[in-house]
Amino acid sequence: MLTGILSGFLLAPLAPALHRLFPRYSGWLLALLPAGLTLYFFLQWLPVTQQGPLLTHIDWVPALAMPLSFMLDGLSLLFALMICAIGALIFIYAGRYLEDHRDLPRLYVLLLCFMASMLGVVLSDNLIVLFVFWELTSITSYLLIGFNHEDANARAKALQGLIVTVGGGLALMTGFILLGHIGGSYELSVLITRGDTITAHPLYGLTLVLIVLGAFTKSAQFPFHFWLPNAMAAPTPVSAYLHSATMVKAGIYLLARLHPAMGGTELWLLLLGGAGAITMVLGVFLALRATGIKRMLAYSTVMALGTLTMLIGLGTRTALLAAMSYLLAHSLYKGALFMVAGIIDHQTGRKDFLDTGGWARYLPVTSACAGLAALSLAGVMPLFGFIAKEQLLEAGLNHGHALAPLFSAAIVVAAALGVAVAAVIGIRPWFGKPAALTHTPSEAPPAMLLGPALLAGLGLLLGLIPGLIDRTLLSAAASASLGETVTQPLALWHGINTALLISLGAVLVGLVLFRYWQGFRHYTRWADTLSRFGPEQAYHRLMDGLVALSNGQTRLLQSGYLRYYLISTLLTLVALVVAALWLNPDALKLRPDFTDIQLHEAVIAAVLVIATLAAVTLQSRLGAVASLGAVGFSIALLYVLFSAPDLSITQVLVETLTVIMLVLVLFRLPGFLRLTRTRTRLADALVGITVGGMVTVLLLSVLGSRYHGSIAHYFISESVPAGYGRNIVNVILVDFRALDTLGEIFVLALAATGVYAMLKLRSKGDTTEPEETHD
Amino acid sequence: MTRERRIPPPDRNALRTQSLILRTTGFFLLPLLLLFALFLLLRGHNAPGGGFIAGLVASAAIAVHLFAMSEAGARRVLRVDPRDLIAWGLILALAAGVIGLFSGQPFLTAHWLTVSLPVFGELKLGSPLLFDLGVFLVVLGTASTIIINLAEQDT
Repeated sequence: MLTGILSGFLLAPLAPALHRLFPRYSGWLLALLPAGLTLYFFLQWLPVTQQGPLLTHIDWVPALAMPLSFMLDGLSLLFALMICAIGALIFIYAGRYLEDHRDLPRLYVLLLCFMASMLGVVLSDNLIVLFVFWELTSITSYLLIGFNHEDANARAKALQGLIVTVGGGLALMTGFILLGHIGGSYELSVLITRGDTITAHPLYGLTLVLIVLGAFTKSAQFPFHFWLPNAMAAPTPVSAYLHSATMVKAGIYLLARLHPAMGGTELWLLLLGGAGAITMVLGVFLALRATGIKRMLAYSTVMALGTLTMLIGLGTRTALLAAMSYLLAHSLYKGALFMVAGIIDHQTGRKDFLDTGGWARYLPVTSACAGLAALSLAGVMPLFGFIAKEQLLEAGLNHGHALAPLFSAAIVVAAALGVAVAAVIGIRPWFGKPAALTHTPSEAPPAMLLGPALLAGLGLLLGLIPGLIDRTLLSAAASASLGETVTQPLALWHGINTALLISLGAVLVGLVLFRYWQGFRHYTRWADTLSRFGPEQAYHRLMDGLVALSNGQTRLLQSGYLRYYLISTLLTLVALVVAALWLNPDALKLRPDFTDIQLHEAVIAAVLVIATLAAVTLQSRLGAVASLGAVGFSIALLYVLFSAPDLSITQVLVETLTVIMLVLVLFRLPGFLRLTRTRTRLADALVGITVGGMVTVLLLSVLGSRYHGSIAHYFISESVPAGYGRNIVNVILVDFRALDTLGEIFVLALAATGVYAMLKLRSKGDTTEPEETHD
Repeated sequence: MTRERRIPPPDRNALRTQSLILRTTGFFLLPLLLLFALFLLLRGHNAPGGGFIAGLVASAAIAVHLFAMSEAGARRVLRVDPRDLIAWGLILALAAGVIGLFSGQPFLTAHWLTVSLPVFGELKLGSPLLFDLGVFLVVLGTASTIIINLAEQDT
């Protein structure tokens, strides 16, 4: 299973080469991978639906108890099949749709990575692994939305999607950690058996809210729904794949997956049911107000996502079975419709429903696919969408909760408006007065028709013969989500009941709405005014606020003066040490022992002090530098006295090089002036004395206290046998503690880069730029 | 082509002193200091020395040469851009660490190889030596990058 997930990542770097070899058929070739994966998951169908989930477990980071564990049960299988099958069609479609685009290979790479990440999300058993893949889908989706990266609008919308989903991802990660904590395991397969423990825990409410935030942002639930229509800046194949069939369903997947672990409470029902119902009604309303083809489809996707969230929130057996049917139905018809939208754009260049009409005669196959898919969207007999909608209505009508009538009302309203949306999509571009075009459009190439035809056809086939999947795949998925076994056959005809009558009424109302579509849009103009106060405005306010905050903070903290940086760093150090000592007063053990100080040691110490005082008080820079040099060489002398030749040599050399560098800088500084007032200088002196005094006290205290045995004996005894070296200092540097040294030389390299950059940046501003003399 | 090597005449663009004494000593000091740096580097495992110190000595040699001759002369001694030395040093140090990984041991585990040479006798070559060479190059690269670029700002 791991190979299956990783295969997408492995193929991704090869995709550009493949495209160069077979530019015309690259899409077909790349589609072989998702097609093969579809076959693989298809072969798991019987074992999984009959014998239960398939688990694999590979140690990844054993030290953190983080295994790469995967689980394939009914729910994962349903999602994996959709991801791979629709993915294969998308590759074929994209290969033709973007045939002339110079960045097509990049699209392939990103799509493959995205597909692999998405498979990782739906197959992971470990919460952390799931989260990693979850973020990967956000990142790949960001790159895909911003595919036309030279378009500023596309970039802005991509960033919006990224910030919303990754912001939710932060909440999700916190939620996952809390969930792993209160559930006692990070494995989903364990967590779903501990629902009672988790829901009874005092932290349950917080955990749920955090996880739901992650799922809601990903699945574009109110009030985060605004990013999804904006993500339509992506090329159409991407919209068809990510923003209808797969990525936005990741949140739905997560909620369905966690239902046995966290569902069944009042909070779950209100949060998911409430947000879902609002999203559903709002989405369909905005869909009917939109005229852009992709925009309308995007809002109707928002409606579908809301419906699914609501159904999972309702959480009954009927509701979850309805959710699975609705999920499948939606992926089939929405994938088809997006590809149809792409065909309209590709063949006629029109992107708005108002500019279309009467093209059924030119694009007969496309219009047939669009019609079938739109019928499924409207929930009309005998399409699979009909079965899904019947179940949806029953789930609302048969729910026992006090608020159930409200949910039912929302479902009925959404159903009626949904029919009108479907009618616009299925009728407007194809019939009526032909919209004027400069050329007569021709039917799309087979590679672009394959996807919509297969998906729309499957919607019809499953509607006519639901027995193909009802007892196996859908029941297994619903069982996994419910936490107990469900086997419920689906049927196209249930006899005349309330749900059917409501369906009929919805179709009638929807058709009337379609007849007066322009009127409806005219009388709902207030919605545009209202949206000025909507969540998207809040998003913009938030982003502006963030920029303003960081501006202010930069002005406050980044003065650009070295002395202020130094003062704040040093005072922070003092504060931390004082706080640590305050909490831990016993740690300070001052037992200074001055008895065996030799005279020459005292002389060196005196020279040190005098040189330091001179460095501080001298009026010339050169004098100060020389005094500092005296300090350094005195310290080197101390090292020699205490038998540390390596340290001493290093100290001498560093002093020498420092003087050389100072000399190079010194002549380019302005004349020495005393600009500071006495008060400032006194304050500076106080800071210096405080820090110096603190370090002295600390060092004396360190000498006086020893918690563990000294490690020196180990180094001395092991240096020759283990390190093959008699110079202990060097053996420590390059062998025992080589990792520290490695870190230090990286710091050195960074420092050199910094100095180099500053020098070069500065000279760029100069008019008299010195010419590069080397090479 | 004459094989005679002479003390180079003062560089026209060199900003520093035209002192003959400095140029003469600089000319002789450079090879001596570089040899000394190599000596420190190689003996470092058993006696005071090592990559860090050797790198500082070599940087001092470059600095002396720079003051005695010119920035261009200092660059010619190094032959490559000092920035490249930093990169190569980091790569060598990392490579020394990776050797351990390939034999299934933790990163940076030392590995030793004893070579018998006719003249030198037994010679122990180990990944710590490679690591020390990396440290040497990084230190030399860092110090010379800063010194040479600072000096070039003056003109």
